[in-house]
Amino acid sequence: MTRRKGFWHEVRKNKIMFLMLLPTLLFFFINSYVPMVGIYFAFTRYNFADGLFGSPFVGFENFRFLWQSGKLMQLTLNTIGYNLAFIVLGHALAIICAILLSEIGAKFFKKLAQSIMFLPYFVSFVLINVIAYNLLNYDTGFINSLLVRWGMEKLDFYSIPWIWVFLIIFFYLWKYLGYYAVIYLAVITGISDEYFEAAKIDGANIFQRIWYITVPMLRPTFIILLLFSLGSIMKGQFELFYQLVGNNGLLFNATDILDTYVYRSIKVTFDIGMATAAGLYQSLFGFVLIMTVNAIIRRVNEDYALF
Amino acid sequence: MKVKDAEYSLLFKILAYVMVTIVTLVCLFPVLLIISGSFTDNESIVRHGFGLIPDKFSLDGYMYVFKYPTAILRAYGVTILTTVVGTALGMFFITMAGFVLQRKDFKYRNQFSFYIYFTTLFGGGLVPWYIMLTRYMKLMDTYTVLIYPGLMTPFLIILMRSFIKSAIPDELVESAKIDGANDFRIYYSIVLRLSMPGIATVGLFLALQYWNDWFMSSLFINDTRKYQLQFYLYNIINTVQFIRDMAISSGVNIGNPPTEAMRMAMSVVVTGPIVFLYPFVQRYFVKGLTIGAVKG
Repeated sequence: MTRRKGFWHEVRKNKIMFLMLLPTLLFFFINSYVPMVGIYFAFTRYNFADGLFGSPFVGFENFRFLWQSGKLMQLTLNTIGYNLAFIVLGHALAIICAILLSEIGAKFFKKLAQSIMFLPYFVSFVLINVIAYNLLNYDTGFINSLLVRWGMEKLDFYSIPWIWVFLIIFFYLWKYLGYYAVIYLAVITGISDEYFEAAKIDGANIFQRIWYITVPMLRPTFIILLLFSLGSIMKGQFELFYQLVGNNGLLFNATDILDTYVYRSIKVTFDIGMATAAGLYQSLFGFVLIMTVNAIIRRVNEDYALF
Repeated sequence: MKVKDAEYSLLFKILAYVMVTIVTLVCLFPVLLIISGSFTDNESIVRHGFGLIPDKFSLDGYMYVFKYPTAILRAYGVTILTTVVGTALGMFFITMAGFVLQRKDFKYRNQFSFYIYFTTLFGGGLVPWYIMLTRYMKLMDTYTVLIYPGLMTPFLIILMRSFIKSAIPDELVESAKIDGANDFRIYYSIVLRLSMPGIATVGLFLALQYWNDWFMSSLFINDTRKYQLQFYLYNIINTVQFIRDMAISSGVNIGNPPTEAMRMAMSVVVTGPIVFLYPFVQRYFVKGLTIGAVKG
């Protein structure tokens, strides 16, 4: 005779384990699931008098406005564009760095280099703000003083929007290169020497050894990291963008991402309906995106899919 | 054949050393600029700009910073409090969750894992969350708001789970159960001890998150006495700039605080301790990431 074991039976059997998990479950319930109710705001035109749940319901009006004003399209392009650049460049450079590091024999140098490369990850984003200011400001920036010394014109970086595309990518790489390189280096170190020995005996030179052994061995790690990154492709490196660009309106077109737009809406304009609409769009888009990518990857190679 | 390989290898090794040196210098350079700027006489900064080596050495920046130390000390106090409490509490919850979620005899572990992971895929967004915290939970200007939202992230929980999974063999747990220990006891006496490397790693990540946080202060704190360190720094940088810009545009001379040097000195004072701790601590970060990368 079989007995159907229900959920509550399981709870009673493993009471303590459930209790141990409970704080976590509660935390995410309060912090992440309950706010989902607020998605309702996206469909209202919030005004102060009527309050949160009394404001007029306007259906998709907010979305229509965001879309027609081109804001949504621009924010989307910026968000995805930057994230793609981050992912592609970030991982490519990190892998290259890790490979180079792995070939370095001098232990002390290797450890020192690793430590220094990891330092930017430790530094806060506010400090990046200071660094950018140091390098780029018009009056006293390091770059401008170099330009002056070489007899050239100073550049007012803070009012040239397109340069910031490169600057933001540079600072992202500066901050995260060490972090990702350490991860990849760890995987490389784990590759059995036998493979390399065998390849050497077979006559492969160093470039071939790297291309045919190291790189393929890094693929699983890369895919996992990639999937994690894709999951947040619609969210951005908010702190990075905000600290670098701040409230400098001149740069918004080139540098505004969904996150910074929503954040500013809370701090500055307090347009709840619009901001929630943007936020909902962000969540939905990201969700659809990762489900799609995951489905594709699962079809190609089941092991790699996230779920 | 052999000769060719040796040549290539040598070429590659040289390339490796050169590139790594360049990258390392690029990583180090901005930080050096700030340190140098903090020790430079303000006038020479204004006239010649920031440089790698101070034109004219001066401690004015630091003196100004330490003239009114109360605010910085308070910010330090707040940040230390939130970091210690947040990390301790967060680690307590995270390790319990990680232990439970990797137990094979915990039937619904996959469902619960997904419940946690799903929050990274979809959410209500910033606005509803902000409204909930300020309107309904009334957490504006509290220490709670600086601690509570950062207690755990799905990433850290999953990471912890992987660490525990590889550090604690199932048989160990089973035999402890046979001996009569309950799950919490097992967690307390066995898991915590055996997973130390993983706990150190996750703990460090969590602590770093709290220490560098400015975001929560910017959204929820109006009381300047409760500012976190990084937000305090952010304010100083912006305020000085703001005052300066205002002064310039209205033609007022506001006297001469050594603004540039002071900002740099402030940055050093705020970041200094971490960078001091860094050499001791980074070893654990790297090691932990290394283990995590291989196992994960």
